[in-house]
Amino acid sequence: MLRFILRRLGLALLVALTVSFISFSLLFLSGDPAIAIAGESANAEDVAAIRALYGFDRPMMVQYGDWLWHALQFDFGVSYYFRLPVADLISERLSVTMTLGVCGIVFALLTAVPLGVIAAIRPNSLIDRIALFLSVAGQAMPSFWFGLILIVIFAIQLRILPASGADTWQHFIMPTIVLGYYAMPAIMRLTRAGMLEVLSADYIRTARAKGASEGRVLFKHALRNAIIPVVSLAAVQMGFMLGGSIVVESVFALHGAGYLAWESIGRNDLPTVQALILVFALFYIVFTFLADVLNAWLDPRMRSA
Amino acid sequence: MNDAPLLSVRGLTLDIPTSGGTLHAVRGIDFDLNRGETLCIVGESGSGKSLTSLALMGLLAPKIRRKAVRMTFDGTDLQKASRRQLRQLRGDRMSMIFQEPMTSLNPAYTIGDQLAETLLLHKRVSRTQARARAVELLEKVGITAAESRLSQYPHQLSGGLRQRVMIAMALMCEPELIIADEPTTALDVTIQAQILRLLVDLQREMNMALILITHDLGVVARVADKVAVMYAGELIETGPASAIFRNPAHPYTRGLINCIPVPGRNERGARLGTIPGIVPSLVGEVTGCPFRGRCDQRVAICDTAAPLRRLPDGHEFRCVHPDGHRHEEVTA
Repeated sequence: MLRFILRRLGLALLVALTVSFISFSLLFLSGDPAIAIAGESANAEDVAAIRALYGFDRPMMVQYGDWLWHALQFDFGVSYYFRLPVADLISERLSVTMTLGVCGIVFALLTAVPLGVIAAIRPNSLIDRIALFLSVAGQAMPSFWFGLILIVIFAIQLRILPASGADTWQHFIMPTIVLGYYAMPAIMRLTRAGMLEVLSADYIRTARAKGASEGRVLFKHALRNAIIPVVSLAAVQMGFMLGGSIVVESVFALHGAGYLAWESIGRNDLPTVQALILVFALFYIVFTFLADVLNAWLDPRMRSA
Repeated sequence: MNDAPLLSVRGLTLDIPTSGGTLHAVRGIDFDLNRGETLCIVGESGSGKSLTSLALMGLLAPKIRRKAVRMTFDGTDLQKASRRQLRQLRGDRMSMIFQEPMTSLNPAYTIGDQLAETLLLHKRVSRTQARARAVELLEKVGITAAESRLSQYPHQLSGGLRQRVMIAMALMCEPELIIADEPTTALDVTIQAQILRLLVDLQREMNMALILITHDLGVVARVADKVAVMYAGELIETGPASAIFRNPAHPYTRGLINCIPVPGRNERGARLGTIPGIVPSLVGEVTGCPFRGRCDQRVAICDTAAPLRRLPDGHEFRCVHPDGHRHEEVTA
């Protein structure tokens, strides 16, 4: 198990390094950064001055090494737009996004896994049909629309939840539901499919032949095997929620990292974009790594992979 | 110890609803099994052997309809018993060994956990005691370095080893009845004999009743006290093993026994015996003798009747001919 973890960790570091290089190269893929900073009215001397000031005249690999060295110390330079250190800018926004993402995935798992299990125990029952309807609706309904409907009902009509902002925990209830509901259908369907398959497995019959109770058969013997693909999916969903919650963040005016990324792209604020891409990618890598470790714990056959 | 049979089954019927009509998979079978006895159920694939064993264990799929006049285990009515009562019997007093050793162990848990679980479910013992018992039984089923196997996972073991683990698991609580459903079918031929010998030796040592389901008559001849020949959902011949092998009465049983190659009787390179034809469909109403389509002793009345006949040597069979042979004049 320890060898497996170390090997996966090594792989994760390699991927992280590759991603860091790609996100750094973005600066050069989008044209001459000095011209972009100087603006359209600048003359050649201004551009040259800016090039020297920011160090764009050095070889690319030197600049990458320099950038990476600083990034490792959480120094991502200064935002072109805000004129503030990118690190400060991101850490503030990231806490909002992280809270929302964690709440969202927890909400999705807490609703999707039990529903999936029940649907699998009684396929084609009323509960299975309701679960299917909920997941189809979740997949089909645009997040912004669902978010607005919730605002109309709970903030405007019933006046029990705040409509926008990120000041108290109540502010996170509706965004969590909207974001979590978006991730729920896939998790639920995968749990249901996994449970259905596992419940017909020979080792489930063995467990019953031993005299295990139905609850023990379901949760100890079946769910542990059925949940393995769900863990991988949830890790990907989690990564997606952190980077892709822009819509939800806009609807509820939660100024998180996703929103910042979207704004910064529009403003050509490259240091911020670079840093956000790196951070989002690192989150993906971390979640995938954690999912791999969790799966290896769940399924011993994966430990040798 | 009392004289009543440990297991008594009368008129067991299993119906499976299918899209094409009801499949009458098992149609009214009767048998008794005493403590310490070995009953071999033989028959072709699809004759209902596995379903019968699952019905006894209460492990049938919910859609299969089970009916019986009587089905008792040591006085307990298996039809009326609550789910809880059945659960307490399973694994403790009656246990089962399955056909598929490769997939019958849970891939997510160690051998030790899975063995110990059986004991922990039924007996008031500590985990340490349960693990000690697991080691004891792994040694009994011939697994070397048993202690270190406890922390291994099923995927690290071969099929033969896994089946030994399954046997050990079935024996954890010293059951009174073991049902082994073709326990060697999925194994290499060289391993088959070992596993079977092991099973029979342990059964004798621990004085358990054994229902051995197989289609290998050679095995039956060596281990069975009683034999039940199953064909198309019916027991067409039952009785003491010696009587059946000495004097097989039903044409099907005779056909089966003729299929066993015997050194000396069969010449080298000679064709082995076969029974031509296939098992009839059991969907819809089934009348008369199910074997008539393949039988060389067939007469007109076989379409409607297959009466139960008792022979003096204590065995029973279902056939219109009093001794299983057609006696009227056969025109050349």
